[in-house]
Amino acid sequence: MSALSNSNWNRRNVLQAAMGLAAAGGLAACGGNTGRSGGGSGDALTQYFHAYGEAGTEQAIKRYAAAYKKADVKTNWITGSNFESALFAALLTKKAPDVFEFHPQIQMVKSGQVADLSDIINPVKDDFNPADIKSHTVDGKIYGVRMIDDPQFFFYRKSMLEKAKVDVPTTLDELLEAAEKLTTSKVKGVFLGNDLTPAINPLLWSAGADTLTADNKPAFHTDAVVAGMKQLRQLFTSGNLLLDAPADYWDPSAINQGLCAIQFCGMWAMPAMQQALGDDLGVFPFPKVGDNGKQSVYNGGWSMFVNAKGKNVDAAKEYVKWLWIDQKQYQEDWATSYGFHIPPRTSIAQSATKLKSGLPAEGVKLFNEFGHFDNIGWTQAMITALTDAFANSVRKNGDPNAALATAEKKVNAELKKLFG
Amino acid sequence: MSTTTTRGVAQPAPAKASPARPRRGLRGNPTFNFWLFTGPFLIGLVIFVFVPIVWSIWLSFFDARFTVTPSKFIGLDNYKSMLTNSNFTGSLVTFTVFAALIVPLTWALSLGLAMLVHRLRFMRAFFRSVFFLPTAVSYVAAALIWKMSIFTGVRFGLMNTVLGWFGVENIAYLSDPNPPWYWLVIVTVRLWLQSGFYMILFLAALQNIPAELYEAAAIDGAKPGWQTFRYITLPQLRATSTAVILLLLVAAYQAFDEFYNIVTTKATWGQTPLMVLYKTALGENQDYGAGSAGAVILTLLICLVTLLQGKFMGFGRGEDSK
Repeated sequence: MSALSNSNWNRRNVLQAAMGLAAAGGLAACGGNTGRSGGGSGDALTQYFHAYGEAGTEQAIKRYAAAYKKADVKTNWITGSNFESALFAALLTKKAPDVFEFHPQIQMVKSGQVADLSDIINPVKDDFNPADIKSHTVDGKIYGVRMIDDPQFFFYRKSMLEKAKVDVPTTLDELLEAAEKLTTSKVKGVFLGNDLTPAINPLLWSAGADTLTADNKPAFHTDAVVAGMKQLRQLFTSGNLLLDAPADYWDPSAINQGLCAIQFCGMWAMPAMQQALGDDLGVFPFPKVGDNGKQSVYNGGWSMFVNAKGKNVDAAKEYVKWLWIDQKQYQEDWATSYGFHIPPRTSIAQSATKLKSGLPAEGVKLFNEFGHFDNIGWTQAMITALTDAFANSVRKNGDPNAALATAEKKVNAELKKLFG
Repeated sequence: MSTTTTRGVAQPAPAKASPARPRRGLRGNPTFNFWLFTGPFLIGLVIFVFVPIVWSIWLSFFDARFTVTPSKFIGLDNYKSMLTNSNFTGSLVTFTVFAALIVPLTWALSLGLAMLVHRLRFMRAFFRSVFFLPTAVSYVAAALIWKMSIFTGVRFGLMNTVLGWFGVENIAYLSDPNPPWYWLVIVTVRLWLQSGFYMILFLAALQNIPAELYEAAAIDGAKPGWQTFRYITLPQLRATSTAVILLLLVAAYQAFDEFYNIVTTKATWGQTPLMVLYKTALGENQDYGAGSAGAVILTLLICLVTLLQGKFMGFGRGEDSK
């Protein structure tokens, strides 16, 4: 007989032990990551954030949540590159977040995924950047609160351009020439991201085209865009473009490590670049494409949404109002203390001292002068269609005209589903 | 001991040997015992396998974007959409190329490693462990190491550093599909990860080949080396080789992690069927209807291939039909 058989375990003991474990598990769950130091009272809310690259951002979000007294707010900080997948998968379950950050998407409105936030935004609507309000509005209702605006443009090493006797490019032709002159055995001229997708929308706008027209028809298939794609293909095969960098365009390490002279990136990375390169840094918008184009800047950003199918919609809206509408000091802290972002609230943007001088002020100027905002009607399926067109023609050497025609067909099918 | 001995022969105890504990209630009921042991697993199977399959088929006939409880019936539109999706049809080609590369290469490499380790006189256990260890590494971790430190396109990537010594320019292995260097990255990482496991299978098979066969061959004048390998070792490994090839094919069908992490989802090439379905249903598009239709099409294709394979290779054929 084994030693185990001598013990006094019986079914009752096992059941008691199991109940004890379950109770312990329940107690342990109470100590979850709520973002607060002690136990809280009131509603329990969950918010989803993608992992920002700037140091201190996670702690900041949890600090804001901890300061909210009407509910326990648990923060889910999702690392890796699959934030969208994790978010959308969670939204289908009972453990869906009450509050989450994302970009404005009409599909989410049509499917009833996000709650109408007009009632909390309308009283301060005039203090928001009108373009941000427009990009979150469907049929007169506002579905998200913009937290930050993220202009994206080119950063360049002034010393490298001076040494190569290159002026700041204002046209795509000039960018190609500059890339050639700046490329050495150790440094590539330009970095546009490992898959070139950051250049897609700026190329359209710089060529005088757009994703969709005002009445929601495809607006990207033009001769200027086709010509621009051919030029991008030329740059891609020239040997002057940095490819397969260890970190992608959103990370400043390519320019900071001296892998390239010019890098496309967002204003969020400006503090890290300034820390590494000091004053040897300048910015310029995406250059003009063709004769009728105009320089452009993509104003990305993140917005806060409330899960309309959640259990605590009212409490979630109250929390969003408290943090992203009432707490101006947190909004300014979020926009300027880690990476640099432009606060969507005009009053905060005007008082943010860190953005008033030097390179950040130049970034704000580009944002105001050349900025293009998200179109809520431009859905993920349409984004994928255009991304595929660029991948097939610019990277795979397909015919841009045919690739854009295919994308146009897919976008039209998507528009038909959305608007009939 | 609970057996009785009669005339020195051990006999099993009769059924009546433990009358002190009569059967009580359901415990003695074989039907109850059957359900007690199989029930939880059957419930799991129904909940996690059969319900999702049926639900997936149902979803494939609906416009199910951003929801798994759709209301708009669209017939075969999702099937049409997937069959005309060049990414999906292209992924079938990708899988075929991957299987054509990885199956013979892994077979040859793992057999070669097994032969080497088998012949070692010293440190056999050490080398066996060294070759087997990569099996324990996560596919995601290995893919990221391959992508971010060995095959980066910059000058300090391991491969480009080595090539630089010979005056070769930096190569972008993953961004540029022409030439398709991404296959080198994907195939080498998979080879590194799985060869050790199949080496162990071959090693076990090699150790089971009777030494007498080699002795008899030597007496008959067979030359050691290729001749012995060709006419004795290889035929003796036939059963193991068949099993290894089947396992490799199954593993190739399931390829996802290294493709997803190495090629990225922004490319239209180097996408396996699972990757395209993941992007369609669980990625940014959240089109569960189209994703489900793709899953149904893929399942039917796998069934068809399996049936054809059975027909040509004789698997599942009864003795009478041979």
